[in-house]
Amino acid sequence: MAAVNELKRTALFDTHSALKSRMVDFGGWSMPVQYSGILEEHMAVRNAVGLFDVSHMGEIEIRGPEALQLVDYVSSNNPSKLRVGQAQYSGLLYEHGGFVDDILVHKVSDTHFFLCVNASNQEKDFEHIRSHNRFNAEVEFSSDRYAQIAVQGPRALETLQKLTRARLSEVKYYWFVDDAVSGVPARIAHTGYTGEDGFEIYIDPSEAARIWNELLSAGAEFGIKPCGLGARNTLRLEAKMALYGHEITASLNPLEADLAWIVKFDKGDFVGRAALEKTLQQGLTRKLVGFEMKERGIARDNYEVWLNGKPAGWVSSGGPSPTLGKNIGLCYLPIEKAVPGVSIQILIRNAPAEAATVPTPFYRRTRA
Amino acid sequence: MSYPETYKYTKEHEWVNAEDGSGTIGITDHAQHELGDIVFVDLPKVGTKLQKGDTLGSVESVKAVSDIYCPVSGEVTAVNELLTTSPEKLNSDPHGEAWLAKVTLTSPGEINELLSAADYQKYVGDE
Repeated sequence: MAAVNELKRTALFDTHSALKSRMVDFGGWSMPVQYSGILEEHMAVRNAVGLFDVSHMGEIEIRGPEALQLVDYVSSNNPSKLRVGQAQYSGLLYEHGGFVDDILVHKVSDTHFFLCVNASNQEKDFEHIRSHNRFNAEVEFSSDRYAQIAVQGPRALETLQKLTRARLSEVKYYWFVDDAVSGVPARIAHTGYTGEDGFEIYIDPSEAARIWNELLSAGAEFGIKPCGLGARNTLRLEAKMALYGHEITASLNPLEADLAWIVKFDKGDFVGRAALEKTLQQGLTRKLVGFEMKERGIARDNYEVWLNGKPAGWVSSGGPSPTLGKNIGLCYLPIEKAVPGVSIQILIRNAPAEAATVPTPFYRRTRA
Repeated sequence: MSYPETYKYTKEHEWVNAEDGSGTIGITDHAQHELGDIVFVDLPKVGTKLQKGDTLGSVESVKAVSDIYCPVSGEVTAVNELLTTSPEKLNSDPHGEAWLAKVTLTSPGEINELLSAADYQKYVGDE
């Protein structure tokens, strides 16, 4: 229980306490892991709407005449394809091809890019980007200027619409608008980390508590629930969205992480390109694949995966799927076995339990 | 939730209800609350001989796995099959319907080393 006072707090810390949240140390941040209960929160997002404080996420802004060149050079996806107001999921890679982080790149203007990065990686990301800045661009660490709230679920649009004049139904998925929420300037992005429809808003931290409470009131008629990191994790796992430190790390590259779609070889040079090309020439040796438990038991992060009586890989993320009522997970396996339909065993407390690889995502929302 | 006066408790948040040389074992309301939504319970086989402090089984919430320690030495005579299909009962009735296992006590004197309901409540601070 020591060092609790040293944990970083978001602008909503007192708000969470008032809601009787359970707080945990998440990468040096005191964050709510749950309020009413992970299962209830999870299902609120799938069936109605949930509210998440994700203010721990970092923001890095790149400006200048050659902002695009810098973003293009340090990210594996292709930011040149972005129009103003569009967002893109991408990888920030080391020269050796492993992940520094996974990021969301927002094109604010031709000379301004806004990056949303993982909380525990933000300082590292900033230094990494700066170290590669041989362009006419400025890199600013702007995390302190933003609180971030995610409104997620099939009723997210209706909930948020009550507090903004922006026409949310006209903001396409992975696009954003700079407008206002409750009269406060806000970047409203049609993005999320739940596999459900929803929005993420970036606002001034001093307004975060008021807007959070107004969102709770706006969503009350739909049964809105404040949701913690516990539900965030089960939701993203069902949607097979990667979590840094699990599916992606410095020693895993995007091809292995089944994220080849964020690696664009049809653009110019970028950090990590040469290593990834070499990996492709030599052939991938391992890859991420989803699985379901066939026997009783829950696979957890870092459990061993066995094939034919021998250790063959590891679970990167595992747990119960509240939506599907099954126990699911993601694991790394030798490339030839990283396909659906393979019988595997998960070593759970020294006993092998049967599982089988399956197609992913585990859950896909039905689109309106 | 009240802590039955007739039960004995451990600092690891298990309870034992000892009667006529046998003991029923469970986890406390405080434990289930700390764990959150319980989704899986792993229990020993009937006939397993356990020493006090041995791992009796494990309880998993959505987020985490927690080992359950055997608060007394004994041989397992029954496990609660209800928890196989309805692990969430541990959240709703941890001191009653959602007991974990029954054992024959091989060292009945160990019971006296455990905490009373009042002492346990004082320990967890939710009197």
